[in-house]
Amino acid sequence: MGELRLMKGNEVLAEAAIRCGCDGYFGYPITPQSEIMETLMVRQPWDETGMVVLQAESEIASINMVYGAAATGKKVMTSSSSPGISLMAEGISYIAGAELPCLFVNVVRGGPGLGTIQPSQADYFQSVKGGGHGDYKCIVLAPASVQEMNDFVGLGFELAFKYLNPALILTDGAIGQMMEKVELADYKPRWTKEEIQKYSGKWATTGKPNSRKQNVVTSLEMDSDKMEANNRRFQEKYKKMEEEEVRFETIMCDDAEYIMVAFGTSARICQKSVEIAREQGIKVGLLRPITLFPFPKKEIAKLTCHVKGFLSVEMSAGQMVEDIKLAVHESGCNVRVEHFGRMGGIIPSPNEVVDALKEKFL
Amino acid sequence: MDIKDIIKPENLVYQKSDVQIDTIMHYCPGCTHGVVHKILSELIDEMGIQENTVGVAPVGCAVFAYNYIDVDWQEAAHGRAPAVATGIVRTNPDKFVFTYQGDGDLASIGAAEILHACNRGENMLVVFINNGIYGMTGGQMAPTTIDGMVTSTTPGGRDIALNGYPMKITELIAQLPGTSYVTRQSAQNAGAVRKCKRSLKKGIQNVLDKKGTSFIEVVSTCSSGWKMTPVAANRWMEENMFPFYPLGDLKDGSKEPNLSKN
Repeated sequence: MGELRLMKGNEVLAEAAIRCGCDGYFGYPITPQSEIMETLMVRQPWDETGMVVLQAESEIASINMVYGAAATGKKVMTSSSSPGISLMAEGISYIAGAELPCLFVNVVRGGPGLGTIQPSQADYFQSVKGGGHGDYKCIVLAPASVQEMNDFVGLGFELAFKYLNPALILTDGAIGQMMEKVELADYKPRWTKEEIQKYSGKWATTGKPNSRKQNVVTSLEMDSDKMEANNRRFQEKYKKMEEEEVRFETIMCDDAEYIMVAFGTSARICQKSVEIAREQGIKVGLLRPITLFPFPKKEIAKLTCHVKGFLSVEMSAGQMVEDIKLAVHESGCNVRVEHFGRMGGIIPSPNEVVDALKEKFL
Repeated sequence: MDIKDIIKPENLVYQKSDVQIDTIMHYCPGCTHGVVHKILSELIDEMGIQENTVGVAPVGCAVFAYNYIDVDWQEAAHGRAPAVATGIVRTNPDKFVFTYQGDGDLASIGAAEILHACNRGENMLVVFINNGIYGMTGGQMAPTTIDGMVTSTTPGGRDIALNGYPMKITELIAQLPGTSYVTRQSAQNAGAVRKCKRSLKKGIQNVLDKKGTSFIEVVSTCSSGWKMTPVAANRWMEENMFPFYPLGDLKDGSKEPNLSKN
């Protein structure tokens, strides 16, 4: 068993980055995630593992520093919260277009605009549908506990390098700020120059020896036939993710008549709501998507013909509910899909969710 | 006499560097980019640093710099080259990293990135091509467009009351303690090219010696954007640009130690 600690979600992200052999973190302060960079600056990993930590002048600079370092085959990351992620959207699109691996974290706060610093899930669309310009997708992991904040750092990098694609941990101020018991991962050393050559030597800009052609990292292609071919390659990659990387959890779905679908903080609330509803004799289950892209649409489609309805529970005006409706539509069976959500930084109570379920379905 | 009779080893007085890729450039006749690419290629060759070099290309006419200089390159988003270079050099402190940027890229959309990278003293070379115009998008006003200069978005000439003042960003950069060497050069004739090459060499050497940021502005022409012949553009630059952007070193701290960590 690994080392056990009581830690904040944001602190764990920093600790997990150091332990998984991350080469660099570039960030800019924004509530509610500033503890990530603060923890790193206190830990001073440059002395311990050689990991670089740099406070950039803006989120725009942070994500472009990530671009530069990632393009040399390094394992690098950034983190921010909603308005900062909007600023990074340009850079993330370039990273996706140049097919670079990196990890970024969005500790979501309520919007739109400057909004509020309280937790929200209203960045779902921005996260799973691309977010910036062009046809691209990020791999989106949605932790529901401090333990998963720890686990998804390593997993995020693994998937990012497997697919040469940005991976996103989509969490919120509640999970970022709450303290829970966490089993930390063991230390993995940073990759050596030889390992970087082995894993990424084909494309990484590490300096051109006479033995190879120049490596150029770019998202630019003036020939639209070639640009379309690039896009086809990206789409193939996203399809492969949909086939191979879907992750989800089901709780009490076997005999359920109604399924709540919720991720992250909402899923934690719904766990309690399921218990309350069951005590009242309502057969409810919970499906918790862990990957939001790729979305567990096959699993939802499988459940569709056995249940009376789905309730999407989100801390937003209803975004994931659209993906649930698409999955239900593809199943061929026709059941109702409803949404319940709170907005602007409000977390619903478990009873509120049960009442919503009763009101909409019973 | 046939051309084959001329191209013989005994007649060889000049040849391009192997670091300069053997291809046709997309630059317009009279453009300064070609000359600066050539001398950069020569220096990378002469100083033996090809294997250690990573270039960062801008958005602008030099977006395709990687087609001409045979080193590893990254293509940055508009204005973000100094941040991209920061990411490279911080995680790869043993590499020689340079950005190659135009005035729209560096002084307008990328003003924050260049000022902060230079202020942190990132150990890198910045090559700044200033022709007072957005060349690639068809000749619009840049922050560096001088007073009265005609562009496609200042058809009556730059009007200070409407557009504000032309920006001497190199003078701003020279104020920043992170920079070790800041100079303004040109490349319109053989003498200027030689001086420009000497400056670039000093800048590269400073980076190899880990002295922080070296910043080389090259006051340039854009015959197509300025709608002049190459000869007239050079004359116009000398008569109008040089008085506002005087050539020479703004700062030469190459002998002083640098406090930057990288």
